[in-house]
Amino acid sequence: MIRFDNVTKVYPRSTRPALSDVNVNVERGEFVFVVGPSGSGKSTLLRLALREEKATSGSVLVAGHDLSTLSARKVPRFRRGIGAVFQDFRLLPGKTVDQNVAFALQVIGKPASAIRQLVPETLEMVGLEGKGKRLPHQLSGGEQQRVAIARAVVNKPQILLCDEPTGNLDPKISLDIVHLLDRINRAGTTVVMATHDADTVNDMRRRVVQLDDGVVVRDEENATYLAPEGDK
Amino acid sequence: MKVGFVAGEVWSGLRRNLSMALSVILVTMVSMFLLGMGLLAQRQADTMKGYWYDRIQVSIYLCTENSLQANCQGRAATEAQQESIENQLKAMPEVKQVFHESEAEAFERFKEQFRNSPITGNVQPGDIPQSFRVQLADPTKFAVVTSQFERAPGVASVQDQEKVLKRFFQIINWITAFSVFLAGLMVICATLLMATTIRQAAFIRRREIGIMRLVGASNWTIRMPFIIEMLVVAMLGVGLAVGMLWLGLRLIFNLGFNRVVLDKALIGANDVWALTPWLFGGVILIAVLTSLFTLRRYLRV
Ligand SMILES: Nc1ncnc2c1ncn2[C@@H]1O[C@H](COP(=O)(O)OP(=O)(O)OP(=O)(O)O)[C@@H](O)[C@H]1O
Ligand SMILES: [Mg+2]
Repeated sequence: MIRFDNVTKVYPRSTRPALSDVNVNVERGEFVFVVGPSGSGKSTLLRLALREEKATSGSVLVAGHDLSTLSARKVPRFRRGIGAVFQDFRLLPGKTVDQNVAFALQVIGKPASAIRQLVPETLEMVGLEGKGKRLPHQLSGGEQQRVAIARAVVNKPQILLCDEPTGNLDPKISLDIVHLLDRINRAGTTVVMATHDADTVNDMRRRVVQLDDGVVVRDEENATYLAPEGDK
Repeated sequence: MKVGFVAGEVWSGLRRNLSMALSVILVTMVSMFLLGMGLLAQRQADTMKGYWYDRIQVSIYLCTENSLQANCQGRAATEAQQESIENQLKAMPEVKQVFHESEAEAFERFKEQFRNSPITGNVQPGDIPQSFRVQLADPTKFAVVTSQFERAPGVASVQDQEKVLKRFFQIINWITAFSVFLAGLMVICATLLMATTIRQAAFIRRREIGIMRLVGASNWTIRMPFIIEMLVVAMLGVGLAVGMLWLGLRLIFNLGFNRVVLDKALIGANDVWALTPWLFGGVILIAVLTSLFTLRRYLRV
């Protein structure tokens, strides 16, 4: 489903590679944690998979697309099959929960009837039934992240990429969010989650890909993670 | 993309950026008004030029009973006087062609040329004198005709229209050049202002744009609200400019200008309507191109 072959990424105006010679293969339906200290390249890995950045060398294959040759014109269609969630939620503050989730469908031209059905259905799935009319600032952080997750999965993507989705949440809420992601994963969506929150990784015991300075230093099933000193 | 959704985005975009939208409307309006004014002035000049330059350089007006000129002595020109003048004119080597215009013809022509003006109603046949229209082989030889006929019996006045015309057309040419020049500057202003407005609108909506790109909205979907917004404000500006041109034409030409007794045809509302599609077309083109150009940066994947 996601396959990195000898991928190196060097950002412009930077000499040190953010990722160097990374080989990772994520199968359909897997749940993978990407861990590592700050600056180790987790976000870069996800940005490459979302085609927000292009690899400097090596090949990135996602959902059957070779991203090194995918033309800019085809990127929007490619992204419709991928959901993405971020640490900062990225909700539209002026739109209600319903409107935020519907927005993702409206801008890709989904018919209104489908939107009317999918939005409440998805909000219920993430545990936000009855909160559709609220504005983001009227929700807790955990609830806001659920809205973001609803928006990411409302178009039923094959892959869900999460970049530190629990980074702004306290431990108890973080676990709830990860359990929600786990549920989404069990329904068939491939989930890749970047984090440096050891508790959630250890709670889930799923596959862990550990990066350090842009290099994959560990790739284990049913693994745990011991956050290094000085890195929460 | 649903129409209602796009309309909502456009509306909220305009509301969030109201002062910029207003300034685009105003600047577009002023630039299109100036451009329209220049083009109308030129049209006015062309309308007159065609008529005048083709036919006459010198007019010899004959006396009527009401003529005030001393030379007429309060009497209308006799047929013999008229004939004598005509024969003399035809004998002159400087004269290329002579037309005689009777009082009835003069009245008809006057009515036709001032069709857009309210004063025609007060003019009766006979108010406009009969005349000889003399076309010279060399229009600069005007003095020969003047000196020979100024004091001739039955002649009320000799007018060298070319001189008047020349100055008049020169003024019109200056008005045209000046307003087109100003219009050019204003169009540049309008374009830059549109670009700034779009950039600001895109900045205000950078979250929306980010999310649209994230969830895979097509570039046209992302651009569309901006382009429509620009079109709405730009077209409002042109609409106001056209309205002002129409009003201006009515006020200046129909109430003031035609009191100046000049032998001329006037432009009317039709000329404004003829200009309108071009003004709209030009502004639409500018708005769309500016939007596309300015948004490139936000659409780079
Ligand atoms: N746009 C960029 N331009 C230049 N260098 C960048 C850019 N983004 C990231 N980097 C560099 O690439 C390296 C990896 O960054 P990345 O954001 O992938 O790390 P991360 O593992 O996500 O860190 P964190 O846990 O703090 O989010 C870092 O050294 C960073 O400074
Ligand atoms: Mg990161």
